[in-house]
Amino acid sequence: MKEYMLLFRGGLDFTTASPELLQQSMMKWMTWMDGLKADGTYLSGERLTQQGAVLSGPEKQLTDGPYAEGKEIVAGFIAIKANDLQQAIEIAKGCPIFEYDGSTEVQEIAKMR
Amino acid sequence: MSERNPHITQLADHLFRREAGKMVAVLTRLFGTENLQMAEDVVQDTLLLAFNSWPDKGIPSNPTAWLYKVAKNKAIDKLRHNRHSLNTDPDDFSETHDQALPDITGMWKQELLEDDMLRMMFACCHPKIPKENQITLILKTLCGFSTIEIAKAFLIPEDTVSKRLYRTKEFFRSEKIKLGIPSVNELKKRTDVVLNAIYLLFNEGYNSTQSEYLIRKDLMDEAMLLCQLLIQNKNTQQPETYALMALMCFHASRSESRLSTEGEIILLSRQDRTRWDGRLITQGNHLMNQAAFGDTVSPYHLEAAIAFEHCTANSFDTTNWKRILGYYDWLCRIAPSPFTAINRAVALMQVDGPQAALTALQDIPGTEKFYLYHAILGEIYIRLHDFASARISLEGAISLTRAAAEKKILQEKLAAVLN
Repeated sequence: MKEYMLLFRGGLDFTTASPELLQQSMMKWMTWMDGLKADGTYLSGERLTQQGAVLSGPEKQLTDGPYAEGKEIVAGFIAIKANDLQQAIEIAKGCPIFEYDGSTEVQEIAKMR
Repeated sequence: MSERNPHITQLADHLFRREAGKMVAVLTRLFGTENLQMAEDVVQDTLLLAFNSWPDKGIPSNPTAWLYKVAKNKAIDKLRHNRHSLNTDPDDFSETHDQALPDITGMWKQELLEDDMLRMMFACCHPKIPKENQITLILKTLCGFSTIEIAKAFLIPEDTVSKRLYRTKEFFRSEKIKLGIPSVNELKKRTDVVLNAIYLLFNEGYNSTQSEYLIRKDLMDEAMLLCQLLIQNKNTQQPETYALMALMCFHASRSESRLSTEGEIILLSRQDRTRWDGRLITQGNHLMNQAAFGDTVSPYHLEAAIAFEHCTANSFDTTNWKRILGYYDWLCRIAPSPFTAINRAVALMQVDGPQAALTALQDIPGTEKFYLYHAILGEIYIRLHDFASARISLEGAISLTRAAAEKKILQEKLAAVLN
């Protein structure tokens, strides 16, 4: 078994989403995550706030670059277990974020030894 | 997969939407109508926190209480943080609001919540606010709809909705409208405005101008919930309030039979009457009895009486059309409108035949732009076997309606005429 990180970008616009839409979306996430937890796929996960910064270059310059576009913000991540990338992708396909104009990035977690 | 988490099904019934309206109402009492936006922001933040924590930590055993507690704490933070920027005299503020802080807890009791909703409804229906803006604000603040959803429901640009909301909030800011139940001598007039807004909301749900869905049950449900609040309060339980509620019960009872599973209109004459909701009809009856006190007969009374005749008839043919026509005659006297007159013509057609209906219909001025006028005219011509005229009327009706289901049934009629 390998470990994979699913990164969620975009999705529902929380500032304008109606209570109804928020609830619907939340219930879909909950159903999906409950499924992952039930079959042991889920390892851990957090949602991210919309504040953040990026340090880059030798000067370690602080920018808010990737966070400027609301749609491109990483909304959260979860770590899952899967046999291979293909299976991880299949699992990611069930994510409700696609219904809300979002995207998911699947990355294998390289274990530090 | 939902059986894995029993709480999910428990939450399915519009929890966020219901509670958002209540929370906005309470917070508006706390912040003042001039800070309505702040109240809405606190509610949005609260729901977002639930969104961010419930999927992972699980749904709290009492989700409503959880939401109120978070909203309350956020409100206290706002009050502390904004004490100088709020439109309140700072000296006055320290006395009233700081003392009020511990009381914020007490504001979330169910019976107080309902009064807050009522106060908010009266504020939204301030006589100086245009009708369309009143309904827009009610839908936004009390029913938890987004600007996009309101725009879709009324087939107007989202920008128009935003402008209406903006203007109304500006009005609250500049006029510093106080939340409250109007004084006794003002109450009747003010309640009438609220009832009218509820009626329009229900009507939009009953026959939505939205192109895809002819029945927006959501809007009908919201209208009935709001009217229920007026009925529960002794200050607003007028005969008209009961009559409006009765009329909504009667019409809502037929919701399930009005459209086929494919979303096509089923005409009254062909509706499966066993599918009409007997519970709602009984409730409507009960409300009609309660509406009968006092000496006023409002348009709501008459419209409810007409709906009652339909709901209690065994079939289309045995419907007491004579009595219905009588109610329409009465309605045309106390609330004349082209629409009332057009509907009266249909009853007249059942009682005195198509020729009488045609004469009556042609006497109504200013009806050219209503699709319903042309649709009914088409039906009358069909019954008179004047198919050439029927065709012109039906084509006119098709060009005037935006609802897909209405277009479809008119086209079917047209096809029958052409054959």
